Amino acid sequence: MYVELKNINKTFDGFRASRDINIGIEKGSLTALLGPSGSGKTTILRMIAGLENPDSGDIFIDGVRVNDIAPSERGIGFVFQNYALFRYMTVFDNIAYGLKIRKQPKEEIKKRVTELIELTGLTGMEKRYPNQLSGGQRQRVAFARALAPNPHLLLLDEPFAAIDAKVRHELRMWLRDMIHKVGITSIFVTHDQDEAVEVASQIIVTNNGRVEQTGTAREIYGRPATAFVTEFIGQPAVIDNYGRLKGFEEEDGFTKAVVRPEFIEAFKSDNSRFKHVIGCSEEGTITDIMFRGTSLELTLDVGGIKLSTHRSLERREVEIGEKMRVIIYRLFAVKGDEVRLIENEELKKQDMHNARLESYLYSQDGYFVM
Amino acid sequence: MRSMSDKKVKQHKKPRVIPGFGITLGTTVAMLSILILIPLGSVMVYAFCMTPREFWENVTSPGVIYAFGTSILTAFIAAVVNSVFGVILAWVLVRYEFPGKMLLDGLIELPFAIPTAVAGITLSKLYVRDGFLGAPLARLGITVSYTHIGITVAMIFVGIPFVVRSVQPVLEKLDPQFEEASYILGADSFSTFFKVILSELMPAILTGFGLALARGIGEYGSVIYIAGNSAREHTQVVSYIIMQKLNYMDYPGATAVAFVMLIISFVLLLLINIVQIRQSRRTNNI
Amino acid sequence: MAQNTKEKKKTDIVRILLIFISLAFVAVMLVIPLVSVIYNSLRKGFAFYVEALSGKYVVSAFKVTMLATVIAVAVNTFFGLVASWALTRFSFRGKQILATLIDIPFSISPVIAGLAYIMTFGRLGWAAPFLEWLGGLLGIEIKIVFALPGVVLATIFVTFPFVSRELIPVLNADGTDEEEAAALMGAGGWSIFKSITFPRIKWALLYGVILCTARALGEFGAVHALSKTRGKTFTLPLEIDALYLSGDQDSIVASFAVSSILVILAVLVLVLRYVLEYKAKSAGKRR
Repeated sequence: MYVELKNINKTFDGFRASRDINIGIEKGSLTALLGPSGSGKTTILRMIAGLENPDSGDIFIDGVRVNDIAPSERGIGFVFQNYALFRYMTVFDNIAYGLKIRKQPKEEIKKRVTELIELTGLTGMEKRYPNQLSGGQRQRVAFARALAPNPHLLLLDEPFAAIDAKVRHELRMWLRDMIHKVGITSIFVTHDQDEAVEVASQIIVTNNGRVEQTGTAREIYGRPATAFVTEFIGQPAVIDNYGRLKGFEEEDGFTKAVVRPEFIEAFKSDNSRFKHVIGCSEEGTITDIMFRGTSLELTLDVGGIKLSTHRSLERREVEIGEKMRVIIYRLFAVKGDEVRLIENEELKKQDMHNARLESYLYSQDGYFVM
Repeated sequence: MRSMSDKKVKQHKKPRVIPGFGITLGTTVAMLSILILIPLGSVMVYAFCMTPREFWENVTSPGVIYAFGTSILTAFIAAVVNSVFGVILAWVLVRYEFPGKMLLDGLIELPFAIPTAVAGITLSKLYVRDGFLGAPLARLGITVSYTHIGITVAMIFVGIPFVVRSVQPVLEKLDPQFEEASYILGADSFSTFFKVILSELMPAILTGFGLALARGIGEYGSVIYIAGNSAREHTQVVSYIIMQKLNYMDYPGATAVAFVMLIISFVLLLLINIVQIRQSRRTNNI
Repeated sequence: MAQNTKEKKKTDIVRILLIFISLAFVAVMLVIPLVSVIYNSLRKGFAFYVEALSGKYVVSAFKVTMLATVIAVAVNTFFGLVASWALTRFSFRGKQILATLIDIPFSISPVIAGLAYIMTFGRLGWAAPFLEWLGGLLGIEIKIVFALPGVVLATIFVTFPFVSRELIPVLNADGTDEEEAAALMGAGGWSIFKSITFPRIKWALLYGVILCTARALGEFGAVHALSKTRGKTFTLPLEIDALYLSGDQDSIVASFAVSSILVILAVLVLVLRYVLEYKAKSAGKRR
């Protein structure tokens, strides 16, 4: 493990920001710290950087305990949420700052800065001041400035928060490609799961000062380890007494469940493709339709339970108030912090092959395919 | 061993990433203590060392009582006058465009920049019976110099900037939607001003009022020439009394009076701080 | 429609009335006194004016004033920079109290400042034996009260918060991200201050220094309590006081002549203030 946090605890004025945190991050990986605000993700990042000290526990970088090592000696690059560019310095001077502090020879500074300016596509902007740059360009400068002294670890605090939604997607791809190109171990903080999924190779989900789960995007989607992750990831609908739904029975004291839109199929009763499973379906009424660009999001009332599902734009039109047949393939049953994936029993009894015809979204073992 | 105990202490605190905490805080506290707090503390300690009886006699001698009355009353009237004109001036400077506005804005600060002694002799010269402003006022039967009116005029002079400068920024930030909403609800411009705008400005007006009042109560240089400083006419202000006692080497008397003044100043400072904290809390809640 | 024009007319009248009140108030309270200083100073002609300014006492007072002002501004600028760094770059317990304590000299009578130094360093003061001991050690007589050091100290006291008060809001508004970023890259305190903090505060600093200078030049009450020797420890405001109170017409005109110098400086300060505010505003856009 390149970066390791062992039994980290941290309290701010009675607020427990970190509770017994244990994390391992491999060399060369790109890790997202994902969680709602106040979940302690930024605190973890700042402790790795040395901007905060843990109350107890050890932090290792490349096998060295860094608790007592000054932030500037840890070999890290840090990209601040608002970039913290030096506003009275040009782009060139901003990027060169870390090298000047290290008293590197002038020619070498110039060479390195030029290299980074080219790498980040900022050529021609060297003499500009931060206030003359767009949000995306500022992020590039912040990135180049952090990389200039050749750090071994790059830390980014909400790197996309200050950027317009429109260019955010493009920048995510840019940052991911750039980090892979440079090959630097990187950790970034985000509250946006799309961002984490798109950019990171490993995701650490935090909540309430704890690490809830660590894994790839697929693992976190397919096998949520805790109730929190189940309810946080995806677009979950939380229902009580899921035994009311056809094909599911409450077992071992599990009553609460989380249903994702992908777990639901809604079709019109005259749809011949589903006629063999119509017996497993129940009636639902469309209460809302939202246009989502590439698909529709339907909200359905199924026996008093509100569920939502996505519907391809290619399919027949539906309208509010229309009665639909609804099949729930599976759901996550939750008891305390235990999570269990439960399949629809009625569907199981049907011919498995046919039943799965329409569930092209899922692979054979039942996990979500990215 | 040392590093161990150091670590223990450090672990509970936020690491100071930015250097210079110890040295700058240490220097700040040292300079503040040596130059301000210890000398003021000496006054306090000296006052505490007096017997209560001695202290009480010094503070309640007729001259001192009248001086406190004069200072507080005139400073209060001056602060009220400055609040009224201060709001008008701030309003005019923020809401209207007219030639010479910049000059007017700059002139407001004049009392901060002009030495108090210069203000004092100038006002005194202007308002004496045969002075440029004193003569016409005398014809109306109003005597300004060597009366409480004169003291008030001097305090108005030094206090002008306080209310204007605390109301102006608030008025600039005041959302015009407030007024528009009030207009739409059917209020005319006068009731809009008094019901909506004035209540929004109240914390700023109170802050300016408090600062002007504190300044007026402690005022010395600009007041003493126009005041006449007569014990019989009760035109001595507190600062003058302290100075007089100092000149007579009556240190216990000077200290006792100064002690009461310090208490008044601290209370005013505290009240101003409370108003300001409340104001920032309210604006943050919006 | 008619309603509307009537309403508009009403607001027009209010506008003109309010502007008139403002101008009248400022004219009576500020402009007339300002003009009257100049008028009174030139009453006996320009030759007398020059003569009044070159008097022995005036020249001495000018020197004392300059000395006190230069030292007070230097000390308070240093303090302002250090205190604003401590109060805005770090969070610690008691910060708000410290900030309030720094502002004390604003709200107390300057005469009390004078008294405070007398009670500390004067013959009755508790520090007097210490000063005597120190003086004996160095073989000199250390005199603070009624001597130049007292004048300087009093000037420092009354202008103490001027620089820090200008710097603290600017530094607070900017946040600490840039300094943190520089520190993370390994920059030292002085280097951070020089290359990152200073460019942001330079206009506010200059403004604070100018205000501090203006106030130091004109300080009266505190110095009045600590300075008793005309021609030796008198500052310009004390000289104005002495000339004015001596009573004869020539002295009064001379006192206004000396005043006019300070008034001209005050007006210069206000003009500079305007220029600096403009500069600071255009610099503030660099965000």
